Amino acid sequence: MNPQAPNSNAADTSSGGSAVIAWLFVGLPLAWGVSQTFLKALALFK
Amino acid sequence: MADTSTSILDRSRTIAGPGYNRWLVPPAALAIHLAIGQAYAFSVFNKPLGSLISGDPAKPDALDWTPTQIGITFSIAIVLLGLSAALFGKWLERVGPRKAMLASALCFGGGFLIGSLGVSLHNIFLLYFGYGFVGGIGLGIGYISPVSTLIKWFPDRKGVATGMAIMGFGGGAMIASPLSVALMTHFKASAPQGVAPTFITLGIIYFIFMQFGVWTIRVPASDWAPAGYVPNAEHSALVTAGNVSADNAIKTPQFWLLWVVLLTNVTAGIGLLETASPLIQDTFSDKAMGAGLGVTAAAAAGFVGLLSLFNLLGRFFWSSASDKLGRKTTYAIYFGLGILLYTLVPTLGHNLQLAFYVIAACVIVSMYGGGFATAPAFLSDLFGKYQVGAIHGRLLTAWSTAGVLGPLIVHQLHDHAKEQGLTGAAAYQNVFYTMAGLLVVGLLADLAITAVKEQYYEKGPVTVEAGGH
Repeated sequence: MNPQAPNSNAADTSSGGSAVIAWLFVGLPLAWGVSQTFLKALALFK
Repeated sequence: MADTSTSILDRSRTIAGPGYNRWLVPPAALAIHLAIGQAYAFSVFNKPLGSLISGDPAKPDALDWTPTQIGITFSIAIVLLGLSAALFGKWLERVGPRKAMLASALCFGGGFLIGSLGVSLHNIFLLYFGYGFVGGIGLGIGYISPVSTLIKWFPDRKGVATGMAIMGFGGGAMIASPLSVALMTHFKASAPQGVAPTFITLGIIYFIFMQFGVWTIRVPASDWAPAGYVPNAEHSALVTAGNVSADNAIKTPQFWLLWVVLLTNVTAGIGLLETASPLIQDTFSDKAMGAGLGVTAAAAAGFVGLLSLFNLLGRFFWSSASDKLGRKTTYAIYFGLGILLYTLVPTLGHNLQLAFYVIAACVIVSMYGGGFATAPAFLSDLFGKYQVGAIHGRLLTAWSTAGVLGPLIVHQLHDHAKEQGLTGAAAYQNVFYTMAGLLVVGLLADLAITAVKEQYYEKGPVTVEAGGH
């Protein structure tokens, strides 16, 4: 097995930044959907 | 031109280079699952589709589609999900996740476009073919497309990785439901109930959104492993050291025991989800609680929303927990705790303990979601990484079966109880006791799972990333 190759700091920062953007791309719509559902769920406690 | 576009989609062109961040893979998978999870929000179209002619859901025209006719669309999609996951699993392992994700996006997006034509022409068979058949194939291929890739990237956290993706399927409905309502409202003036243009818009949006997954996904090089990872360090005796092909997997008792495990867990969960809204309104009605104190329709919708949230959270929580607890123990918890809660719920309803009732239902639904999310990691433990996506696809036929069986059991038992004159909590108690009985079967199946015998292992080395020798 070949362990994950060590990266330069620049590459780490770049791929870390891409990962953050990628998570935001899917996380924001999901957060919106969850918030809408949560608001709907609040009706149960009124 | 054609050669170039084909090669870009090939598995060989998706092998990650040095420095690729494996945490890019779960969002790629989520982009697919968040899109196809829309299927669980299809019911938002029920009333608009049922009043395309009359324009008023309260006064349907004789030519309007009936709720049963519309419901068939979703059933076709779920059956096709299971069938296409089973049929295309080996193809997916061969061609890789990128081509499979693109096929899924084309079918899912295209299904909406064909479906919109069916709505515009008021031809139900075109709707069945578009959203149900073509879209259902997109669901099946999309559902399994990132699973084996995630397991290969996260051999140290299989449950966490697959839990994140499959959580997306639960979350997709939460996005689709308010989005569809907003689009139908926007387009209402230009088309009957605004449904056809909403279908077109959703088809385009989902196709584009899924492209993020298509072009972000990468498979690891065959000799890649996370830093510090020691293969087969897991303590469980169930974790295989070999690799079993999809064709051999279905010859093992372990596959069919897990099939029963998934079938019973999903059927029981559907039993609750299918009846959630009328269940809580009937059990905690004004008649039972006192005038003005019963659960209203709006509060019942809130209950359904709360269950959706726990379905989503359970997928991630339980699947992640299974990395520590072991898959067999995790399923034993689903079944053991599930039996207790399903048996308790009718009593809680009878005693009008609303808070405990809601908590019990939320825990049950979290384990329903957890059952879906833990399955790929369990399969990988039992059969290895070789063709785990294809084996997962075949296992999903249990979901399709449960999708037919669950509602059937629930409606039969509830109708029978009403014929007997039972009302409120009493009308549902046999549903819950039957589901508890089903979970006993699931528990026994889970406890019977042992390590796969070496006779089923592939002989000689296998090329895991190609899914073949």
